[in-house]
Amino acid sequence: MSRVTLLALQILVAIVCIVLWQLLSTFPIFGKILLPPFFFSNPVDVFDQIVKWFVSGVIWKHLWITLVESLLAFVIGSLGGVLVGFWFARQPLVAAVFDPYVKMVNALPRVVLAPIFALWLGLGIWSKVALGVTLVFFIVFFNVYQGVKEVSRTVLDNGRMLGMSEGQLMRHVYWPSALSWMFSSLHTSVGFAVVGAVVGEYLGSAAGLGYLIQQAEGVFDVAGVFAGMFVLSAFVILIDYGVTLVERRLLVWRPTVDGRG
Amino acid sequence: MTTPTAVALEDAKVAFRLGDGRVYTAVEKAHLAVAQGEFVAIVGPTGCGKSTLLNVAAGLLKPAAGGVKIFDRPLAGLNRDAGYLFQADALFPWKTALDNVAIGLEIKGMPRAEALPQAQKWLTSVGLGAFANRYPHMLSGGQRKRVALAQVLIRDPKILLMDEPFGPLDAQTRQVMGNLLLDLWNADRKAVLFVTHDLEEAIALADRVVIMSAGPSSRIIGDWRVQLVRPRDIFEVRMDKEFHALHREIWSVLKDEVMKGYAQSSHAAEAV
Repeated sequence: MSRVTLLALQILVAIVCIVLWQLLSTFPIFGKILLPPFFFSNPVDVFDQIVKWFVSGVIWKHLWITLVESLLAFVIGSLGGVLVGFWFARQPLVAAVFDPYVKMVNALPRVVLAPIFALWLGLGIWSKVALGVTLVFFIVFFNVYQGVKEVSRTVLDNGRMLGMSEGQLMRHVYWPSALSWMFSSLHTSVGFAVVGAVVGEYLGSAAGLGYLIQQAEGVFDVAGVFAGMFVLSAFVILIDYGVTLVERRLLVWRPTVDGRG
Repeated sequence: MTTPTAVALEDAKVAFRLGDGRVYTAVEKAHLAVAQGEFVAIVGPTGCGKSTLLNVAAGLLKPAAGGVKIFDRPLAGLNRDAGYLFQADALFPWKTALDNVAIGLEIKGMPRAEALPQAQKWLTSVGLGAFANRYPHMLSGGQRKRVALAQVLIRDPKILLMDEPFGPLDAQTRQVMGNLLLDLWNADRKAVLFVTHDLEEAIALADRVVIMSAGPSSRIIGDWRVQLVRPRDIFEVRMDKEFHALHREIWSVLKDEVMKGYAQSSHAAEAV
């Protein structure tokens, strides 16, 4: 199938859904409106709301806040994950001692941490960043840990036989291997950074997309809720596209560049 | 004879501790000397511990008893005089072919700008001059072996250790690689210890063919000198009368061991 046909079909799906939504929420069928506007709003109102946000410019502030929170969560969580993952993989004793605690913390649904973070760090961006970090950290940590531990025995022996010192092995073998594992989870970890930010905002904040949705919901403004969701998905898709570009650049040496882990 | 001995295994014994505490003896008292400039092939049935012996010579594995001497000095730690060609893929997958070859020099502290032209030269001499920017996964199995060969040779090691390096390749590629190896070896005649399960390959390449018995506790049970003239062509040498005579002679010994090896591995399977 050519790209054009594919794109046309993809757009067609969207059009069908939106038209159905509009029809079912405005015209009664057998004397009954299947999608009552109070619960489902309608595409025109939702679109209106989005346009209003962008024209008045209110949305930019919220987008910016969510973006900053996500990026900070991603960077801090990744850095921590890489460092601790490396440390644990190279020090089996440390890994063994901390193993039950790592599992315990990871098993915890992060949402329950949100109130604590809000208490500790206030309602500003840092409580959201903290929530995102707890999500991103573990994904990156597990991947790097695995990546360092599963460096091929042969490649390692080859490095040694070529005369590499411990430091050179670190730089030429462990590090690239760990990074490649981290990058293979890039989509997941970036996604979770956004989830952390938005959920945090939703549970208590004064700005951000999550706050916007929560506000609309608070006054039964269903159009606002849907508008917020659409802006959020567009935002995530854009970020995901950025990640794909980065990944293509960084993982050229991989057999499956498009493989998502 | 005044030729120095490059590698000397002196009654080296290799044993592993198994999970249940028993000790498994892979190789029993191996005595073997490789002179400088000599090409020695070790042939034996699967599981006879020939790769283990090579790892001992490389310093990757410590013998349980006996010793290893490299140029008359006892080996401690890794064998810094040796280049090792592995059976499995050992290239760094995140480096291009060129970087994979250059790394051998960069490790020694040579600046990258100096190392790269040399690496390119080596890639050309293994016939991959045009593939410098490919990553290993973009190369065929034979091409990867060529890169690995260049990676090892660029460091100019005095000793080459090769663990069934052409094992995973198809028959034709193996022969082409064999000829390439002989050409490169002819240039400066390093000491080579070449492990293979293929007797024909061993005779075609080596000056000496050493046969090991079936494991466990395998020993060296035979040592033949190959008198075929050099330089050799692997395709041609196989037609030689002398080649056939030697092959028949060695095979008569090796055959029994191969059968024993099979019998043992099938017993082991029954026991499980």
